[in-house]
Amino acid sequence: MISISHVSKSYGSFQVLKDCNAEVARGEVVVICGPSGSGKSTLIKTVNGLESIDAGEIKVGDFLLAPRVTHMAALRRSVGMVFQSFELFPHLSVLSNVTIAQTKVLKRPKAVAEEKARALLARVGLSAHIAKYPAQLSGGQQQRVAIARALALDPEVMLFDEPTSALDPEMVNEVLDVMTSLAKQGMTMICVTHEMGFARNVANRVLFMDGGEIVETAGAAKFFNAPASERAKAFLARILKH
Amino acid sequence: MSLLFETTPDGVGRYIDWIWSGLAWTLSLASGAWIIALVVGTLVGVARTLPGGIWPRLGRVYVETFRNIPLLVQMFFWYFVLPEILPARLGLAIKQMDPPWSGFVPALVCLGLVTAARIAEQVRAGVQALPTGQRAAASALGFGRGGMYRLILLPQAFRIILPTLTNEFMTIFKNTSVALTIGLVELTATAREINENTFRTFEAYGVVTLVYLVIALLAWSLMYWIERSVQLPSLVSGSARK
Amino acid sequence: MKVDLSAVASVAPFLLSGLLFTIQITVVGVAGGIVFGSLLAVARLSPNRLLSAFATAYINLMRSIPLIMVIFWVFFLVPWAIGWLVNHGRPVAVGASLTIYATFVLFEAAYYAEIVRAGFRSISTGQYAACEALGLSRFHAYVYILFPQAIRNVLPILLTQTIILFQDTSLVYVISATDLLGAATKIAQRDGSLVEMYLTVGVVYFLFCYAASQLVKWLQGRLAYGAR
Repeated sequence: MISISHVSKSYGSFQVLKDCNAEVARGEVVVICGPSGSGKSTLIKTVNGLESIDAGEIKVGDFLLAPRVTHMAALRRSVGMVFQSFELFPHLSVLSNVTIAQTKVLKRPKAVAEEKARALLARVGLSAHIAKYPAQLSGGQQQRVAIARALALDPEVMLFDEPTSALDPEMVNEVLDVMTSLAKQGMTMICVTHEMGFARNVANRVLFMDGGEIVETAGAAKFFNAPASERAKAFLARILKH
Repeated sequence: MSLLFETTPDGVGRYIDWIWSGLAWTLSLASGAWIIALVVGTLVGVARTLPGGIWPRLGRVYVETFRNIPLLVQMFFWYFVLPEILPARLGLAIKQMDPPWSGFVPALVCLGLVTAARIAEQVRAGVQALPTGQRAAASALGFGRGGMYRLILLPQAFRIILPTLTNEFMTIFKNTSVALTIGLVELTATAREINENTFRTFEAYGVVTLVYLVIALLAWSLMYWIERSVQLPSLVSGSARK
Repeated sequence: MKVDLSAVASVAPFLLSGLLFTIQITVVGVAGGIVFGSLLAVARLSPNRLLSAFATAYINLMRSIPLIMVIFWVFFLVPWAIGWLVNHGRPVAVGASLTIYATFVLFEAAYYAEIVRAGFRSISTGQYAACEALGLSRFHAYVYILFPQAIRNVLPILLTQTIILFQDTSLVYVISATDLLGAATKIAQRDGSLVEMYLTVGVVYFLFCYAASQLVKWLQGRLAYGAR
């Protein structure tokens, strides 16, 4: 489904991604973890072209992404993305947030788009809030709207870039629950997250990154029980201490 | 540009001398009015931040009056109306002033007081932007109201509003051209006079436009330099030295 | 000196027609200025260096010279420009109101451009990324997502600039146009009623601008997102 091969990227003299290679099969859930500044956010953003790459190539379905490829409309349509800070459109209602890309990008009729939006908002448990504006919702509710917004384009892959990092602790689970049910329905997902419980229970595989490199790729159970690299061991020791 | 060095119809000089004279009037008017504006504007701005009583209200009346009537109408007020409604002898004395002073003095007062209203609003905003703890700290140290404003609040407020003051200076400089309506031959009027004498419109307006551009550039560089030299570490966000 | 108010009543219709022209200039200046200004703002933010340099130069030029100077320039240049377009280079006589409209659109656009640009800059970069991630074209992103937010963020400043524009229209006096101030001046010179006329227009301008500035204040209090 997705193959990342020999991808590198630098900001000036600082190399954020060093020869990254990874494969994600259809229906697979992959968690990318690692210390902050390890390049995981950058890597996930290269998958839908929000970050350009300097070398290597990325295949998403039939779409080939290489340095200097600029026409990415088709890619964006098949890859949904959820941001750390939600990035809902504050001047549009919840319903409009979920319909706007459907009507403008996919040219769906308004009625069809709204029906789809209502169904998705029901699925993330927000039927009661469709007429509200983003600022009237809690962070957890906003992030669920953002997930519905991304799903509205019927993506084949969903990218989550630290979807719970900006949330108050009591709201983390409502978002993780939505992500878990999405995974159970067979969505292909790549998630950058610090939620190790989610990684252990839901992910098929874990990519561990450090210093711009993919240091280790392993099944979730194996990664948490017996990490192969010293760096992963040190990371897990720090993060699972409490 | 040969126009500049041709002899004027009165035979006593060249057109470039007219430009110098126009520039001198523009600059004197701008700087004189700027001094009035700073002094009056600071006083009115401080009045608006006082905690109650008659002064804040008077300050508001001042600002609303001078801000909501066009500069040109106010110019006419000082030039045409005031001498008529003053006691006859005083009015006559004003009317008998010789040009260019007959135009310069009303323009100076008018421009100074109008700009003072705008500066007052900025001073008020600057003082109100300071943390309330600053007032408390100054009082706790035994400062009276005068010392508190002069030594503690205003020095900080002016640093905050310095960038917008730059804008005000540019505005006062450009607004001097309105004085041509009451007979002061400043820069813009000079362009018009040269045009009327030579019908070489492009050259006449072109040269004067260039003079305005050069002055604007100098004013920006000067203000930029002042901003840099009075900056305090971290008073204004982003100004901390790294 | 006695102020004679009956002098004002008898010429009210003429003053009113002047006020109407003042309002027309304002409306054309605001509409044209915001449209052209927004295009300039987008051009200035564009990755295309040439486009951005042109917009920057235009904006800085207009903001460096007095409006009266621009009024003179346009008054002189428009007949040439139109002549060059339609009359084989021979200048064409053009009505004063057309040149005045052109002046205010060209001049105010530079100021509106900077305000709109500040609006765009107040939007978080994440919004741009979200538009891209949803596959919205650049045009759609600007029209539906970015521009509405930008305008909303700077609405009070836009309105304040519009009050300034309204006051600036009085400067068409320098080419003897009959706006509110021009009408008052013509009557004042005919009847010798300088004091009455200038005080009257002063009050009229004040009422309009004061009301508008109170509206701005009210809007500022209401505009925070979610406070609907």
